[in-house]
Amino acid sequence: MNRELWEGNQAIAEAAVRGGLEAYFGYPITPQTELLEYLSKRMPELGRAFVQAESELAAINMVYGAATAGARTMTSSSSPGVSLMQEGLSYIAGSEVPCVIVDMMRGGPGLGNISPGQADYNQLVRGGGHGDYHSLVLAPSTIQEAVTLTYNAFDLAEKYRGIVVIAADGNIGQMMEPVVMPPMRQIGHADRGWELSGAAGRPRRIISSIGLDPEVMERINARLQARYREIEANEVRFAERQTEDADLLVVAFGSAARIAQTAIREARARGIRVGLFRPITLWPFPYQRLAELAQRIPRLLVVEMNAGQMLNDVRLAVGPQAVVSFYGRTGGQVPMPEEILAQIGGMAPTPSTNGARAIALL
Amino acid sequence: MHEEIIIAGFGGQGVLFAGQLLAYAGMNEGRHVTWIPSYGPEMRGGTANCTTIISDEEIGAPVVRRPSTAIVLNPPSMDKYAPLVKPHGLLIVDSSLIAQQSGRTDIREIAIPAKDIAAEAGLAKAANVVAIGALIAATGIVQFETVVELLTLKFGQRSQEILAANKRALRLGADYVLKLPA
Repeated sequence: MNRELWEGNQAIAEAAVRGGLEAYFGYPITPQTELLEYLSKRMPELGRAFVQAESELAAINMVYGAATAGARTMTSSSSPGVSLMQEGLSYIAGSEVPCVIVDMMRGGPGLGNISPGQADYNQLVRGGGHGDYHSLVLAPSTIQEAVTLTYNAFDLAEKYRGIVVIAADGNIGQMMEPVVMPPMRQIGHADRGWELSGAAGRPRRIISSIGLDPEVMERINARLQARYREIEANEVRFAERQTEDADLLVVAFGSAARIAQTAIREARARGIRVGLFRPITLWPFPYQRLAELAQRIPRLLVVEMNAGQMLNDVRLAVGPQAVVSFYGRTGGQVPMPEEILAQIGGMAPTPSTNGARAIALL
Repeated sequence: MHEEIIIAGFGGQGVLFAGQLLAYAGMNEGRHVTWIPSYGPEMRGGTANCTTIISDEEIGAPVVRRPSTAIVLNPPSMDKYAPLVKPHGLLIVDSSLIAQQSGRTDIREIAIPAKDIAAEAGLAKAANVVAIGALIAATGIVQFETVVELLTLKFGQRSQEILAANKRALRLGADYVLKLPA
């Protein structure tokens, strides 16, 4: 297989193209702008739709429109831009149309900064917009994984007629790593039975998120909830490393997990038996597997680039009998392996504020 | 092997490119590699740095606090990274632009007039490539020929003159280190 060096943003863009992306709408924001920039060249080359919208609101509503027409469609942004899209995402969920969203998370809240962060977790996994809905949220830890998840995201979105989110951060967006790209898929598909493709010769279809009659709206909600239960049953994904003999389990996702992996390797070299549990689907969260692991490994350390958001899902999974510690960096600060190692070693210093302090180790 | 190299300088000195060159070379030699830039809001003229990791093992963290090697191309980067190089590590300093020394005795420090050597090679802005030549000669982290092939891919179509100057810069950087007393 041919390994190529790809930047994360561009790799995700190319993976989407190969996965059958027909229409992209977006608005620039660091640290995801290279994704949009790449597609601005690539999509027209292939005769596919690319629009740099006037705002994130416009972009998500263009996605909504393209999705109702049955196109494989996607937008990408970073935290503040994804906040602006929440109304549109709720409408998309309510209308039961498929789309893919990439959130290359950055430091917040507010305008924050352009450094990596993971503080959109709650927004992404709990719905984000109004109403009872979920997106299927996928969190890659390497660029190869980002490519694979993006490539397959459109199939998932169409299978469940909903939103699939690639939840990554500035580390994944900006770094380069070797990747084997999947083959180019053919675009075009048979009528799916709901899309607005022109009503000549068939009864008209209406796609809307409005349900003025509460009885009707409740039936729509029941259908959505049934679909979410189906997703929970079918799509939970996670990765485990060295859990077999572990006395301590680190739980982390995305780029924080790979940073933790370096700390775990170092801890193992010092004789501390640590394992890693990495949720790949943030929603549906792998509650059951984590609960099983916590039966055997009742000491857990949750590491995130936020103030403790996935932490709540970990606590829900493991129950009160397990000891759950947390280490997080916020505001765009990336934890260094030494900091996580110090936590693993039980030294638990408070996080430094300038990120430059060397921590005495074990 | 597991080497972490931070390359730092002003924006426009080609530090990001130098790091990518190493990452490509490592990948082409079958190793695991990562490259990550430090992307401040500054455009050209601000400080820039990147971290390249080349390893026989799968790479976890793409970021590192204490690199095994630092290549510094301007005085602020010298101040920042010279103290952070791991003991027994390597510090490569462009002495055309940086007068001071680290004062550390627990690392190998190579002061090389990279900018002057680049000018001698015919392309003053190829100090980054001179530094990569020096790194290869000092460590053997990647093969000299692998980097020559990459430079050919990068510049061969565009300009034979620029390609030749880059190759000379790489060679002169390596030669400078090879001629240093052991």
